[in-house]
Amino acid sequence: MPPRLRFLLPLGGLAAALALWWLGAALLARSIPIASHFAPLGALRALAGLLGEALLWEHVAVSLKRVAVGLAFAIAIGVPLGVLTGISALFAQATGPLFQFLRMVSPLSWMPIAVMVLGIGDAPVYFLLAFAAVWPILLNTAAGVAQLDRNWLLLAKSLSATRFETITRVILPGITAHILTGVRLAIGIIWIILVPAEMLGVDAGLGYFILDTRDRLAYAELMAAVVLVGALGFLLDHAARWLHRRWLHGR
Amino acid sequence: MNAAARPAPGNAADADAAAATETSHGLLTADGLDFRYGALPVFTEVSLSIRRREIVALLGGSGCGKSTLLRVLAGLESPSAGQVRFLDQPLERPHPRSALIFQHASLLPWLRVEANAAFGLDFRHQPAIAAGVRQSRVREALAAVGLAGREHAWPAELSGGQAQRVALARALAREPELLFADEPFSALDAITRAEMQNLLVDVVHRWHAAVLLVTHDIDEAILVADRILLMGGRPGGILAEWTVDVPRPREDHPGAVTALRLEILAALRDTFTQATAGVD
Ligand SMILES: Nc1ncnc2c1ncn2[C@@H]1O[C@H](COP(=O)(O)OP(=O)(O)O)[C@@H](O)[C@H]1O
Ligand SMILES: [Mg+2]
Repeated sequence: MPPRLRFLLPLGGLAAALALWWLGAALLARSIPIASHFAPLGALRALAGLLGEALLWEHVAVSLKRVAVGLAFAIAIGVPLGVLTGISALFAQATGPLFQFLRMVSPLSWMPIAVMVLGIGDAPVYFLLAFAAVWPILLNTAAGVAQLDRNWLLLAKSLSATRFETITRVILPGITAHILTGVRLAIGIIWIILVPAEMLGVDAGLGYFILDTRDRLAYAELMAAVVLVGALGFLLDHAARWLHRRWLHGR
Repeated sequence: MNAAARPAPGNAADADAAAATETSHGLLTADGLDFRYGALPVFTEVSLSIRRREIVALLGGSGCGKSTLLRVLAGLESPSAGQVRFLDQPLERPHPRSALIFQHASLLPWLRVEANAAFGLDFRHQPAIAAGVRQSRVREALAAVGLAGREHAWPAELSGGQAQRVALARALAREPELLFADEPFSALDAITRAEMQNLLVDVVHRWHAAVLLVTHDIDEAILVADRILLMGGRPGGILAEWTVDVPRPREDHPGAVTALRLEILAALRDTFTQATAGVD
């Protein structure tokens, strides 16, 4: 593919989506007049206005902090459990069906219980985000351990490495690429769960902001927030990919 | 460099007795070793000994149990019966004064050459040495295998032969009494292999180390070893033994090498005939 096409094609796709958005809003406005507020032009104008306001950036900052904390918990829990799953057949067998079961429960299902147990505020949001993000990290970590070069483990054994030395000096560095893949997937999942998780019992963040625009009937701002959520998610994913590539090339 | 056996302190009489046994039986002795994978016996009744600074080749066809025997002798695997003694102590796990190299260099791709060669020196079950000593040992080992100046290279930048040199340096840096080598050069091209065989002999002589070299290559055994053990049979055992009395470099004595080669081939043919006769 010529380089220019590689640049133009995605732009074309975006332009087509904008046209469809415009068309959809116009058609909808025939039966529901208020839907005209959803149109692209108003939304983009509202976005430009919002980007100049400190309040929006506060919501963004709160959301990003929740992403970071949720991700940190997910890594702190997912990596050790993944290593354990990878090195202990007993643990893998004991937890296999349980993990598959838990993984298939939408994290949002835990919301009422999380609020009851952890109270209203950031804690239940952290819990939901970590709970959603732990699975790709755990599974990728375990897959990394399973694919580890057996000769490295033999080398560690020939040096009478302790279990701790084997894990920290061979296993963890040996599966960093896998862990980073898991982290990248986890960031995507966290970003998707974040907005609904912030719609319950918190008073800041992008999810809260979307509900707030609805309550204020500020529909152009609502669409602006949706665009912003997508754009930030896109940037986050690209940052994660970039880190992943950097690690792979750096050695 | 060539440290004596260190018997348990505080009992001089025992220490003398231990030293006496060691000199008579060698650096490593194996007595009546059996090994089975589940019900499958791999080898039985294997007894052998390796003296200090001696290069012993364990020669045999593939699948005859050489690698398994090496793993048992190195303490990576426990025998089903029998005992391995190293520096006159029963061997329970790989000994800090032994080192291993395998067919694959198994360098860690996230560490540079120098860190790969130093890998394991600071592990808990290895003798404690100061960081400065560690570095000079590693540099010395890398220089001996011809990799001075490549300390900061990544493993991915090395050829197969160079990677195997790093693996050899990693073993030498531990100043082993005994180096276990399991077909270490069989993945290399013929020219590199010949270079590495000479290098191995050279460095283990300089390091005063003994070697147990597992190989399926008769020529390699004859060129490298002081003594050749032929392994074969089902379950496996040591079938024959030769002392290689050819002066080095052995390439300069083609007559003696060929004579020994034919002798070993004849022995192989005999064991094969016996085996097929047994089946009939
Ligand atoms: N982990 C294992 N489980 C079961 N059988 C094995 C295992 N490893 C090796 N064997 C069997 O033991 C025998 C000896 O293998 P090995 O020691 O690797 O032979 P060699 O090194 O002489 O080629 C072979 O028949 C092989 O199939
Ligand atoms: Mg083998």
